[in-house]
Amino acid sequence: MWAYKLNIPSHWRLLSERYRLVGGYCENCGYKMFPRQKVCPKCRSENVKAVELPKRGKVITYTIVQTPPRGFEYYTPYALAIIELEDGTRVFGQLTDIDPSDVQEGLEVEMTIRKVRVSGESGAIAYAYKFRPLLERE
Amino acid sequence: MRPNRSVGIVGWGAYVPRYRITSKELARAWGKDWKKYAARIMVEEKSVPGIDEDTFTIAYEAARNAIRRARVDPSEIKAVFVGTESKPYAVKPTATMLAEALMIGGEDRLTLGADFEFACKAGSEAMQAVIGLVGSRMIDYGLAVGADTAQGAPGDALEYTASAGGAAFVIGPEDKSVAKIIGTCSYVTDTPDFWRRQLAKYPTHTSGFTGGPAYFTHIINASKRLMEELGTTPKDYDYVVFHQPNGKFPLKVAKMLGFTEEQVKPGLITPLIGNTYSASSLIGLAAVLDIAKPGERILVTSFGSGAGSDSFHIEVSDKIEEVRNCVPQVMDFVKRKVYVDYAIYSRNRRMIRMPAGSGDY
Repeated sequence: MWAYKLNIPSHWRLLSERYRLVGGYCENCGYKMFPRQKVCPKCRSENVKAVELPKRGKVITYTIVQTPPRGFEYYTPYALAIIELEDGTRVFGQLTDIDPSDVQEGLEVEMTIRKVRVSGESGAIAYAYKFRPLLERE
Repeated sequence: MRPNRSVGIVGWGAYVPRYRITSKELARAWGKDWKKYAARIMVEEKSVPGIDEDTFTIAYEAARNAIRRARVDPSEIKAVFVGTESKPYAVKPTATMLAEALMIGGEDRLTLGADFEFACKAGSEAMQAVIGLVGSRMIDYGLAVGADTAQGAPGDALEYTASAGGAAFVIGPEDKSVAKIIGTCSYVTDTPDFWRRQLAKYPTHTSGFTGGPAYFTHIINASKRLMEELGTTPKDYDYVVFHQPNGKFPLKVAKMLGFTEEQVKPGLITPLIGNTYSASSLIGLAAVLDIAKPGERILVTSFGSGAGSDSFHIEVSDKIEEVRNCVPQVMDFVKRKVYVDYAIYSRNRRMIRMPAGSGDY
C-alpha cells in the first residue's frame, strides 16, 4: 500500500481537530494542549475536555522542508512551524501563502483550511489546518 | 419576486487568493500579440489559486469573513448553499465540509446543505434559495456562497480571464440586516453558449452565442423586468453590478440599459483579478458593500451560461457602518498579491502531472 494513501477513518475521527483546532483543556490544572490527550501531560489528570482553540498566533520557531516525504512533493519547499496561539497553546503546523525565505520568528499568523494531501484523481482529499500570515484591514 | 417576510444581507465576506499572473505573461507563453489579443478584454491580471487551495478552502475563507461580519452564532445558521462550477468532488457536497468547518447548524449540525450549479450564476441562485427560506420563516439565517477556481483550457481565450475567488453572504431578517433585499427577478433560456461535460476537464464555448444571445439578452431581460416590477429606473441606483466575464461586457451592458460608468466602476473587479465565475458578480457586490453608505441603492445582476440571470434590488441600511471594517475588504485582497510566471501558474493549477507513485497529484 502506498504511504500517501489517506487513512479515511482516522482522518474523519480527527475532523474537529483538523478543521477547527479543537484541542484539550485540563479542568484540574487549566493546561491547554494540542492535540488533545486523554491524560494531562502537566498534572496527570484524566479530566481533559475538548475545547476550540484561538485561530491566531505567532511563529515561535520553524524549519524549511526541502526533501519532503512521499505525498508532499508538489508543495515543496514549505515551512513547518511551532505557533503560539493567543491563549499560549502551542501548535505544530504547516505555513502557507508565504515564501519560505520570508518566514521569521514572531510572524503573526492565522489558521486557515487548506489541502494537505490529495490521493490521486479518484481518492479522497485531506483538508486540514495550516497557518498563513495574518490578514487585517489596512 | 418578493419574500413574505422582509429579508436582508446580515454579513458579507470575500476572499481572493494572493497569486496573480498577468495577461502579458499568458500571451507570452502562447506566442500571442498581447496588445491585439488580451488587452481587448480589459483584464490586466488574474488571481491564481495556491497549490493547496480549491473551491472549498476559498469558500471557507469567504464564509468565515461573512459570519464574522454578521455577528451571528453559526449554530443559528440553518442553511448553507455553495454555488460553484469547480466542486472539489463531482459527488460529495462542498456545503457539508463548510458546515463541519464552521460549525454551521451547531453541534447537532441541524442545517440544510447543498451545492448549486448554474455556470457563473450558481452563487446568486444560492442567495435566492436562502432568501426564500428566510422570507418564508422556515429559517432565520442562511449562508450563500459563490466560489470558484475557474477553468479555462491552456491557450484558450478563457485562460486570460478564468481566475479564483469567493464571496459569501449571511442572509437573515431585515431588522438584523446591513442591506435590505427588496426584490429579485430571474430569467432563463436554453442557450448553448458554454458548457462542460461530466468528465471534461475544461469547458467548451461557442463564441457566436457568448455576447448577444447569452450575456446581453439575459442580463438585460432580468434587470429590466426587475426594474419594471419595482417601478425603478437606472437613475434610482447608486451602484450597479453585473456579471464580469471580462472588463468590457459590464460597461457595454450598463450603457445598453442606461447606467453610467460611475455606477458600474466601484463594483467592477474583474479587470483587477479576472473572472471568478460563480463569485464574479458577488465579489462585485461585496466591493460595493465595502464602500456603500446607508440609504444607497444597488442593482446586482448575475449571469450564468446555459443560460440565465438573477437580478437583485438592494438598499443599504444604517447598520453597515458597524461591521464594514471588522474583516478585510475586497480591495485588501486585491492589493495582496504576488506575481507568478506561467511555470508556477501551471504548477499551482496542477497542470503538471507528477509521476505515478510519487504521491499527491
